Amino acid sequence: MNIEALIASSIDGLMLGFIYGLAAMGLTLIFGVMKVINLAHGPVIALGMFTVYLLSHQWGLNPYLGLLLALLFGLAVGVVIYFVAVHRVINAPELTTLLATFSVNLMIIGLGTIVFTTTPRALDVNLGALRSGNISVLGTRVVAVLIAILVTAGLYYFLYRTRVGKSIRAVANNRAAAELMGINTSAMLALSFGIGTMLAVISGGLLSTLFSFTILSGGVYELKSFVIVVLGGLGNPTGALLGGIVLGLLEGVTTLYIPIGWVPVIEYIVFVLILMVRPAGLLGGAK
Amino acid sequence: MKTFSVTSPSPPLRARLRAWLRASPFLWVTLLILLAAALIPVFSGSASLREELFLMAMLVILASSVNIIMGYTGYVSFGNIVFFGLGGYLAFYLMQTFHVHFVLAALIAAIGASVFALLLGTPILRLRGAYFALATIGVNEAVRTFVANFEPFGGSVGMFFNYEMYTPYGGAKSAQWLAYYAIVFVALLTVAVSFLVKKSKFGLGLMAIREDQDAAQVLGINPARYKVIAYALSAFFPALAGAIFFFKNGIIEPGPAFQLQRSIEGLVMVMLGGYGTVAGPIVGAVVYERLRSFLITSPTFSSLHLFIAGLLLLLIVLFVTAGLVGWLRQRFPVLRRYVE
Repeated sequence: MNIEALIASSIDGLMLGFIYGLAAMGLTLIFGVMKVINLAHGPVIALGMFTVYLLSHQWGLNPYLGLLLALLFGLAVGVVIYFVAVHRVINAPELTTLLATFSVNLMIIGLGTIVFTTTPRALDVNLGALRSGNISVLGTRVVAVLIAILVTAGLYYFLYRTRVGKSIRAVANNRAAAELMGINTSAMLALSFGIGTMLAVISGGLLSTLFSFTILSGGVYELKSFVIVVLGGLGNPTGALLGGIVLGLLEGVTTLYIPIGWVPVIEYIVFVLILMVRPAGLLGGAK
Repeated sequence: MKTFSVTSPSPPLRARLRAWLRASPFLWVTLLILLAAALIPVFSGSASLREELFLMAMLVILASSVNIIMGYTGYVSFGNIVFFGLGGYLAFYLMQTFHVHFVLAALIAAIGASVFALLLGTPILRLRGAYFALATIGVNEAVRTFVANFEPFGGSVGMFFNYEMYTPYGGAKSAQWLAYYAIVFVALLTVAVSFLVKKSKFGLGLMAIREDQDAAQVLGINPARYKVIAYALSAFFPALAGAIFFFKNGIIEPGPAFQLQRSIEGLVMVMLGGYGTVAGPIVGAVVYERLRSFLITSPTFSSLHLFIAGLLLLLIVLFVTAGLVGWLRQRFPVLRRYVE
């Protein structure tokens, strides 16, 4: 095994990891704030892919500008999903919220298959490549990583430095106490759901500049997000980003040594093992 | 609810069984209705009706089984379809490679799946709530991707029968009927076991765990053992159903065998019919399947069927949490004496 191939696939994996991490952060944010596992995450990622694709194909908008619009769209979709499916059952047992978000999953996939069919689409974005020796890195990936870092920084600034962000953290900490302090918890929950969805949409938008996709593609990334979230600890955004990078690296490097079909087997086994041994996640605090 | 005294010696099992059956005609009536429905295609000889009832019986098995772990015990197994696929694969492999008789192969496969559930259940049933649900999804995906790479099971292409495979069963046509009788038998068995579990002390323990695991433990129930037995039961019948289904199909592939979608549809049926009741999963499976086939065949709704299924699920989850049977039981209290 030559060292250049190893470096190249590590870089590739690392970069993908940032984008996976972004989607996982959305999932973990929603869980952290309201203890809901959003089973509509995959379709929302796919919606992100299609929003960017349509804006670019129908309106001729640059995909990265399209991403800005997609961001607002994602926020709105999240808030709508929250009020339609989650708000009424927010205090119900997990089964209820799991099934409620799964019903949203079915509806989005159902409508999406009618509107977009399941033929694969692809965006044609070419930003050249960075080269050094035999190692080359595609420009689209570099930009995607930069955007992912920017969004993460933005999220942290928002959660830790703004008043609304602090309110969201207060609601996550103790909903009743936050309510007593005069925080409109419903609005904060809806906003968190919106932001979580927005992160999924951005991640989907970025993925659409890298790979071809269909309306069903989100499912794969949803499962990856579960794996990542469990790696990093449910409810922990930093953990999700790190978990994403770990998963990306793992995928990049293992494909060099074992047939590509076995990679998901290892991913899922690792996932189940971590759940059994440390349900709070590898990076999560002791519980 | 029957009470169990601790001090008096408990009557022999058979006498207790007889007492239950006399006390509740519900089980007999249900089984007779199901059997009568299942016999219609036998007399009319209609193959299309047989196919439809085959599918319904299979869904009744899947829904009733997941109800044991989810409805009685309160552990939502999102990936219960893993046992269906596993049973299918094990039986298929035995029949194809070693020419084991179908009935024996199905039994071995079901026992294998239950043992897998016993081994797996011990660690993952310690997880509560959402963590358990996620773990079952992970297990299903891990097994699916594993089987898709496992050469003895045919890898991603799967396995298929030659036509000679059906010769010992009197040809392909009578094998179809054999599969039908088998699935009807397993469906009736699943319903009976589901009823007996609910009415037994064991079932009472499961429901105590569902309501409050810690309190149940204080009252002398061993939650770990109860849960793992419930889990193994909820694995046994789907594995049988998988063995029969893929025997009838003559082909097995990783995608259809471990389809997460079908697993979650099973949960929808349980919710639709009534969580934790015996009749609920049956009603849910029949209604869901009728609705689905109506939507798929109707020209206006065929493309919308997934959307409508989602909408229906959402409405149930938001407004009729108890499901059809549960709602009837709440609305008409007299039914509580007769309908389980």
